[in-house]
Amino acid sequence: MTTGNVLLDVEHLTMRFGGLVAIDDLSFEARRNEITALIGPNGAGKTTVFNCLTGFYKPTVGRLKLNHPAKGDYLLERMDGFRITQKADVARTFQNIRLFPQMSVLENLMVAQHNRLMKASMWTVGGLLNLPSFRQAEKEAIELAKYWLNKVSLYERADWEAGNLPYGDQRRLEICRAMCTRPVLLCLDEPAAGLNPKESLELNELLLGIRDEEKIGILLIEHDMSVVMQISDHVVVLDHGRKISDGTPTEVKNDPAVIRAYLGEDEDEDLPKEVANDLHMPSHAHGTGHDHGGGQG
Amino acid sequence: MGNSRVAYFLQQLINGLTLGSIYGLIAIGYTMVYGIIGMINFAHGEIYMIGAFLSVITFLVLGTVGIDSVPFALLVMLVVGMVFTAAYGWTVERIAYRPLRGSFRLAPLISAIGMSIALQNYVQITQGARVKPLQPIISGGFTLYTGPDGFTVQLSFLQLFIWVLTIALMVAFTYVITQTSMGRQQRACEQDRKMAGLIGVNVDRTISLTFVLGAVLAAVAGLMVTLQYGVIDFYIGFLAGMKAFTAAVLGGIGSLPGAMLGGLLIGLIEAFWSAYFTIEYKDVATFGILVLVLIFRPTGLLGKPEIEKV
Amino acid sequence: MATDIASPSASAAAKRPGSYDLPGALKESAITAGVAAVLAFPFLGLQANNDGPELVLLTRWELFFWAVAVVFVGRMLLTVFRWRSDARAKSAEGLKAFGAKFQRYNVWIGLAGAIFAFTLPMWPFADRYVVDIATTFLIYVMLGWGLNIVVGLAGLLDLGYVAFYAVGAYSYALLATMFDWSFWICLPLAGLFAATFGVILGFPVLRLRGDYLAIVTLGFGEIIRVVLINWYDVTNGPDGIGSIPRPTFFGYAFDRSPEEGTMAFHQLLGIDFDSMHRIIFLYFLILILALITNAFTLRVRKLPIGRGWEALREDEIACRSLGMNPTNTKLSAFAIGAMFGGFAGSFFATRQGFISPESFTFIESAIILAIVVLGGMGSQLGVVIAAFVLVIVPEWLREFAEYRMLLFGLAMVLIMVWRPRGLLSHRDPTVRLHPPGYVPRHGVEAQKVQAQEAELAAKAK
Repeated sequence: MTTGNVLLDVEHLTMRFGGLVAIDDLSFEARRNEITALIGPNGAGKTTVFNCLTGFYKPTVGRLKLNHPAKGDYLLERMDGFRITQKADVARTFQNIRLFPQMSVLENLMVAQHNRLMKASMWTVGGLLNLPSFRQAEKEAIELAKYWLNKVSLYERADWEAGNLPYGDQRRLEICRAMCTRPVLLCLDEPAAGLNPKESLELNELLLGIRDEEKIGILLIEHDMSVVMQISDHVVVLDHGRKISDGTPTEVKNDPAVIRAYLGEDEDEDLPKEVANDLHMPSHAHGTGHDHGGGQG
Repeated sequence: MGNSRVAYFLQQLINGLTLGSIYGLIAIGYTMVYGIIGMINFAHGEIYMIGAFLSVITFLVLGTVGIDSVPFALLVMLVVGMVFTAAYGWTVERIAYRPLRGSFRLAPLISAIGMSIALQNYVQITQGARVKPLQPIISGGFTLYTGPDGFTVQLSFLQLFIWVLTIALMVAFTYVITQTSMGRQQRACEQDRKMAGLIGVNVDRTISLTFVLGAVLAAVAGLMVTLQYGVIDFYIGFLAGMKAFTAAVLGGIGSLPGAMLGGLLIGLIEAFWSAYFTIEYKDVATFGILVLVLIFRPTGLLGKPEIEKV
Repeated sequence: MATDIASPSASAAAKRPGSYDLPGALKESAITAGVAAVLAFPFLGLQANNDGPELVLLTRWELFFWAVAVVFVGRMLLTVFRWRSDARAKSAEGLKAFGAKFQRYNVWIGLAGAIFAFTLPMWPFADRYVVDIATTFLIYVMLGWGLNIVVGLAGLLDLGYVAFYAVGAYSYALLATMFDWSFWICLPLAGLFAATFGVILGFPVLRLRGDYLAIVTLGFGEIIRVVLINWYDVTNGPDGIGSIPRPTFFGYAFDRSPEEGTMAFHQLLGIDFDSMHRIIFLYFLILILALITNAFTLRVRKLPIGRGWEALREDEIACRSLGMNPTNTKLSAFAIGAMFGGFAGSFFATRQGFISPESFTFIESAIILAIVVLGGMGSQLGVVIAAFVLVIVPEWLREFAEYRMLLFGLAMVLIMVWRPRGLLSHRDPTVRLHPPGYVPRHGVEAQKVQAQEAELAAKAK
């Protein structure tokens, strides 16, 4: 594992909602060509971290620095939500899938390339005149969409209404849509939620493929420990808005603090080892995986 | 001269508070519905208009059967107006909004605007388009001050009646919302409808009740406006609805005390604007306030900031 | 927005399909009729009738009785047709399928319509009255198409569209009367003014939740009218602006005796003067303006901006996460919609030769909105059909004119309950990888797709 190549540098991130502290002085790093997993029990503040990163919330305190390999540094906490994707190339998916359900699969991927196509259409003027430069850009956009559709075997269903796809395909389409914005950092909010074991395996392959072929960083919130342990290069564990552990999957798995956070303080001393092997269990013990990131306060 | 200026000011204050009470009562209906199902009930202005018509019709019925005791007549007008208007409020929700829960985002709004158009024209067709005049029922009042140039500050019994009734309603209403189980269910649904449903709150009934409560208050506002101004027509719901909604936004939509406060402020602004500036543009002034509030303080005076759930 | 919560109809749906219990239906109808009786009693049964300066109470028991009886029977029939169980879903499904089939011939229907529209003045039945009505109809079609950009594509509920129509009409009237500029100069300027108003109004409000936009536009429509009535120096108040120059055929007027040194249209062609010439010219003018609006929308839907609008309508948060600037995107839809409203307003001004604030009431906004909503949000053909139903049909049924708005309102409610996206709401993708009706036939992928389609079909049943 490389130690350089820091893509995202989160420093002293704190988020308060009124009196409730959702995230408390959180610092961590995510690196390029790595999958970083953000895990923790329900209400630990994982989704809130995402919402701060992608501009849906303004952090109370803290610095979120993105080292864009091509464009330089961006301070995300100072940017409007849509500009974070537009300029800093950070893309995300949502815990409750947010596709454009009445639009076709292909159209979903075209909307993801909105900014590039707008520029190519010269803010619609060139598009209305159907200039060759716009036609070229549109063709390229369709090619990119085709590439991703083939990756997740949705090519044949490109003209379906996105809302008609089965759940697992909707999840994967959302990831493709995020990839069509050509991000340097891809933030995935529980991509494996609701998938069956086979789909979950396919997802692992897709994510590893993205990491290795696109050379970008992936930040992942996940409840399913099997996914986390199999594919992540680096795990950050949150509990009650604080970081309690940070390291490789193996290190984290054996960290007593993590085990305590997941199973409470009262566990017998000799239990941990067995428990550690079984860490995927808490995702069921903690309900269905609905985590509103403490944002309701 | 200074005295008469103060007197003029005082008179506008009294008028403004009266008008404000009426707006406040309507605004509560907007704010409650918004709080619980998150939509603007465009038809609420028409519910108020229906309340005003009911008070006129009830008054005529009372005249036909020969009742001339003023307190009794007022009581009957109040109760009859409340009951029938509540029926309208309930029906509107049942027909136009309930089937659309969880539907396409714009559907309930369009349905509401359709309901508003339908109700307005229903009253126009059934009751006629001409304005309905009503002779004063409560007359007389206190003269608080008589200036050297003969200018007086008056507080009519009617205005006093409107104030007292508003305060009484607010007290009763606050009691219902904060102390009764009905009110608790209402507040629970407002916070989290799904969860409230899971723990056994009858969500449909609670939403219906919200509409009924809003309609009851609008009916009282309709009675008040009929008594205060003595003329109504089928079109009054439109502007009053606009202003009451502005009041709800100004006070902070979703907040009940905010709605009343907003109503009073809008009433005062309108009275003073008419008194000191051009009366023709008083509606423009209210609208300007709405836009300004939306730009600079979308949460209103007493509202809580909305946290976007992603 | 609202999450779905089990509705009472769920229990009814659980009943065996095909069976309905008569006592239950009777009871339900009786309850409905009871509610109707309560509602109708003070308004249908009684009437506060104006008698000179006084009010007198009239009773209309017969009307009251019939109204309640109609509600009872109507409810009964609905129950019998299993309104509460699957019939509603099925009828909506059937309609959707029909709509989809119908829309497959969109292009042909549109072409046939356009040919008919271009030849209309030559048909034997096309007298002055018919062409006049057709012109009015086309104004509403154009307004509907303009508003369709805002409501149908971008999903922004604009309840004061008539304000932009008014801005267009008044700017045209003022420019044409004060500077004596020709129609072809004033028209774009009027559109530009309307678009500017759209931007000024939209900028502060479009950042907020959708419902706020609705109420602000509603207020704005009313405010424009108040200003038009009261700003005497410019708008001439309630008296309106008269003697607005009529359009000319590229400088050739439609007058019997043109001004000194100019030539009239009939002289140009060397034919006799006929007052129909101007009427027909106006008809073609609005036809072309409307078709430009249509062509613009059809084209723009396939452009990134159009897809952006539709995406915003579907999910604004997702749009933001994809780097789209939601405010600018909405603003562009709002301004372009306003611009077409302004064009239509200019045409209205030059056609009437006289405008006053009375032409720009909320009712107009409501009619235009109803055209968009009933036709099917986003559907160009739907707008034409709805405009036909809402503008032409009332011409035939003049005796029911009084009930027109009432029926509008009720229709809006019913259509929303029945089909929340309007009658013709089937939507074709704006860009395709496969031809329409494509079914993959080979490989593992094909099996997967077919299995899923079968599952979908089973679910639909």
